[in-house]
Amino acid sequence: MNEANDKKQDFSLPALRSGDRAEFARVVDAHSEKIYRLGLKMLHNEQDAEDILQETFIKAYHGFQDFKGKSRISTWLYRIAANEALMLIRKRKNDKQTSLEAARVTAEGEDYTPLNLVDWCCLPEEEYLSAEAINYLDRAVDQLPEAMRVTFILRDIEGLSTRETAQVLEISESAVKTRLSRARLRLRELLSGYYGQKVDTLPVDFNRQGQENLDRT
Amino acid sequence: MKPKENCRQLLSYLSEFIDDELEDQQLCQEIEAHLDQCKNCQVVVDTMKKTITLYNQSADQIGLPSPVRRRLFQRLDLEEYLPD
Repeated sequence: MNEANDKKQDFSLPALRSGDRAEFARVVDAHSEKIYRLGLKMLHNEQDAEDILQETFIKAYHGFQDFKGKSRISTWLYRIAANEALMLIRKRKNDKQTSLEAARVTAEGEDYTPLNLVDWCCLPEEEYLSAEAINYLDRAVDQLPEAMRVTFILRDIEGLSTRETAQVLEISESAVKTRLSRARLRLRELLSGYYGQKVDTLPVDFNRQGQENLDRT
Repeated sequence: MKPKENCRQLLSYLSEFIDDELEDQQLCQEIEAHLDQCKNCQVVVDTMKKTITLYNQSADQIGLPSPVRRRLFQRLDLEEYLPD
């Protein structure tokens, strides 16, 4: 989806490098929503997301001279934004946690064996994305270590390919796959805890019971 | 792949299997055969797919709020390019 959108956007790099503000406005217009979303999913704070958004485009405006055009503009913007988000998270972490606490949180997440085997794929549709459920989805992402979190957001929320995610994060494709696999296993486990409870509260075989009641009358 | 004892082995390939990015076709067939006989692994595959779908859908609900957009254009000195 991102690739298709990007191909439609044909920006002039020489114009951007020479400070053409109309061309820059087109870039901002085309990419601001996805950059804001990345910040919001990473930090879960609207003010932080707005700060990341503004900083990303300020850095981009001054950085077009260094942008070689080897990757798409969106990849480059995602890279600036992801770095901004990670820096902000680390700053907050240093403010709030000792490094020992941070290490313990990371070490606790080393086992990815699925424990919850409830099949929660057949809930009523409205249960999946209720306001309460979306809040739970966000809090679950928050529990991922930040390297895993940013990989998951780029790959599964923003829909980037493995290759493009690797370019944004400047890591190998196999590192993307490893991080993504762990993030997905962890989130699946957390979501199973949440949606699994909802399966337990569903009326048992409601339709069949209803039919039996009708048959008796 | 035999049932049960290989469930753990499947986990390391699960994510790539779901993305259809496994290059080893034989391994892919072995996983499919394993899933046919292992209900637990099938549940893990189904719920992982659902997890990914839900996150992808949840992103559609996030747009750029107009005041945030306006402040961005102001900060970048691009106000003249904001539509009225």
